[in-house]
Amino acid sequence: MIGLHLEIIKEDVIIMGGGMAGLRAAISAVESNPTVSVGLVSKLYPLRSHSVSAEGGTSAVLNPKDSFDLHSFDTIKGSDYLADQDAVEEFVKIVPEQIYTTDRWGCPWSRNADGTISQRDFGGLSFPRATFAADKTGFHVMQTLFSRCQMYDRIHFYNEFFVTSAIIENNQFNCLTAINLHTGEFVAFQGKSLIFAAGGAGRLYEFSTYASSVTGDGDAIVYRAGLSLKDMEFMQFHPTGLIPSGILITEAARAEGGYLRNSENKRFMEKYAPTKLEEAPRDIVSRAMMWEILAGRGYKDEHGDTPHIHLDLTHIADKLEERLPMITDIAKKFNKIDPAEEPIPVRPATHYTMGGIDVNIFTETSVPGVFGAGENAAISIHGANRLGSNSTNECLAFGNVVGVKAAKWASSHEIPELERNKVMIEEKRIWENILKNKGGENVASIREDLRTGMDLNVGVLRTESELEKQARNIRDLKLRYENITVGDKSGVFNLQLQETLELGFMLDLAEMITVGALMRKESRGAHYRNDYPERDDKNFLKHTIIKYTREGPEFHYRDVVITKWQPAARVY
Amino acid sequence: MPSENYVFDIERNDGKGSIRHDRFQVPKKKISTVLEGLTYISENLDGTLAFRHSCRMEICGSCSMSINGKPRMACSTIADSLNSEVIRVSPLPHYEVIKDLVVDIDPFFEKYKSVKPYIIRKDEEEHNKELLQTPEQFKLYEQYSMCIKCGLCLAACPISGSDENYIGPAALAAALRYNLDSRDQGSNVRLDITGGENGTALCHYAGECSEVCPKDVDPSKAIQILRRSGIAHELKQFFRREKDARR
Repeated sequence: MIGLHLEIIKEDVIIMGGGMAGLRAAISAVESNPTVSVGLVSKLYPLRSHSVSAEGGTSAVLNPKDSFDLHSFDTIKGSDYLADQDAVEEFVKIVPEQIYTTDRWGCPWSRNADGTISQRDFGGLSFPRATFAADKTGFHVMQTLFSRCQMYDRIHFYNEFFVTSAIIENNQFNCLTAINLHTGEFVAFQGKSLIFAAGGAGRLYEFSTYASSVTGDGDAIVYRAGLSLKDMEFMQFHPTGLIPSGILITEAARAEGGYLRNSENKRFMEKYAPTKLEEAPRDIVSRAMMWEILAGRGYKDEHGDTPHIHLDLTHIADKLEERLPMITDIAKKFNKIDPAEEPIPVRPATHYTMGGIDVNIFTETSVPGVFGAGENAAISIHGANRLGSNSTNECLAFGNVVGVKAAKWASSHEIPELERNKVMIEEKRIWENILKNKGGENVASIREDLRTGMDLNVGVLRTESELEKQARNIRDLKLRYENITVGDKSGVFNLQLQETLELGFMLDLAEMITVGALMRKESRGAHYRNDYPERDDKNFLKHTIIKYTREGPEFHYRDVVITKWQPAARVY
Repeated sequence: MPSENYVFDIERNDGKGSIRHDRFQVPKKKISTVLEGLTYISENLDGTLAFRHSCRMEICGSCSMSINGKPRMACSTIADSLNSEVIRVSPLPHYEVIKDLVVDIDPFFEKYKSVKPYIIRKDEEEHNKELLQTPEQFKLYEQYSMCIKCGLCLAACPISGSDENYIGPAALAAALRYNLDSRDQGSNVRLDITGGENGTALCHYAGECSEVCPKDVDPSKAIQILRRSGIAHELKQFFRREKDARR
């Protein structure tokens, strides 16, 4: 050891991530098994997770006039046919129970006058099935799950432990290595089973709705541990990120009747989605906005130099207080705009990572006893584009599945002997290679270059030359990263060290996103190539599967699972 | 002529008792919020500064700290609105400091847990059945359900500063939130806790908690309502005991 005491913490089930999928999994694990213990490891406190920022709604088939087939079809069409249809069919069936369960646990779902649960329309839905808690759906579901966790002394929270790696040995989970941010100590978490529920990776872009903490740790750690990732080139851009901060303005604003207007003060969605207009799926609306901006019809005004579009809610001012209170408050607080009086300046911003850990319909990875759920995983129900209102329900539904699975696995398996050598190699990487490096490069500067490059070259509209340029940029940034100097040498709450390790994760992910986008010579869902503007089912009705090698990511492709719905033209 | 910079005066704390003040010049045109100011400092001037942040939209509760003498969220405090070129930032009072602006928030969450802040029902087994709750029934507790667990109220509360056992404003508001929920059947259990020696009786109703709450939860009002229902609860318990004694 490098002069450091190694603490070893053992639990039956280890969960990385305290957001919606992680909390749901923790509850399911302890409720499905009366003796199992859960260690929930998060670099934040659970309620600080990005899940609390989810706003508009969560789709569930609750109304007899709706159907599982309709929800499946909407999801599959929304995915531009890249979703695995068996996974989608399973998903829509297990969601409704989660709405009633969280209702019983206190989630204040918005109601109709008769007291039944209310639902509203959302982008790309053929039936208004978005269940919601005003425009604070994620916040209220998270409070509900966290409160439920308080009932169980068998859920142990390891808050503000930054996970640096996962050690998988003999095709079995051995440990997570982590830094206790409060003390600076190095810790190994061991368990009989492991759940990855650490969220997405959108902060490797500059203009983003994501919390600063969403740096793709889960994806990168899984990748480095030798497990496969899937479909990482599909990054969702939400049409309405607030200028200049990127704060999310919910899609519900358009579902409730809001208009998008260009700098000629004209609505323009009729050109791009003649039936659904502003309520088309996110990939289509984001592209439409970028094309308007590129044609010179973006606003450039007092809200900033970045060209943008106006989201006009003035004609639905009477709905703001009851249906859209949070975004009304946000516009007032952060931009000094009253949406009842003035339009809101918006622009597409990274919002959801469709790709993630390659797991099957049972949340299993290729390593027995290691599971993935939530945004961290790609089951895949979202394919090339997730529909709005299909993420929080995924966290609940598959969070439940994965919790039960991991608890069951833990009840019949043992914790292996700790791989001390591997732990020491990781310790050396951090305390010798990174902390003692004197190369003079600075984390903030490399990170900024990465993010602005991703915005510019791997955005809503992509072309070969820009993607190649960014692939070169990332190789250069990786070389600069080798020379990074962490100025803070202290143990306690060393943010600079944490950010340096996060940046390492982000560089790995940026590389596979960019190269994956280069190799996918077609346009599908959120991945649009100016040079290949059509979908190519003959060659690319396939998932991208990504594996770690010393030389960089290795790519291969796997056929999409089709059950009932043959790929068809995607018109809204 | 007004200066082009804000001066951030930050209380630095190594967590072992050594405190100093560092001053940083932050260009006004580079930042809008105090959190952006701290990020600017961390990225450009001093990477050793420790502070918490995540959502930057006042919903995750991370970046609570004392700004110009008042407990606030750094992300939603617009620097310009402070009407001061000097922005004084220090860790939240009434919490132990871990490092710089990072405080130990665990006692806050322990108090929260102590009031049993979850729905208690007798029909736990039934998962897949809809419960009814009208919008009017929701309105009764809506305000108290908006708490983001930032901990500002506890930093403002004079009682919490002097009595570490006091359950405190956020946890008491959470207790009322569940007591008022039509789906809950556990208010008697909670009233025993909130009416106990560390509960509502300690509050002086100065209202500081409600003043600093970024989400208008109004814990002070919650505590008043809780105390009233606590008195009714105690009377009921008293008469029940009397009745049992006479049997």
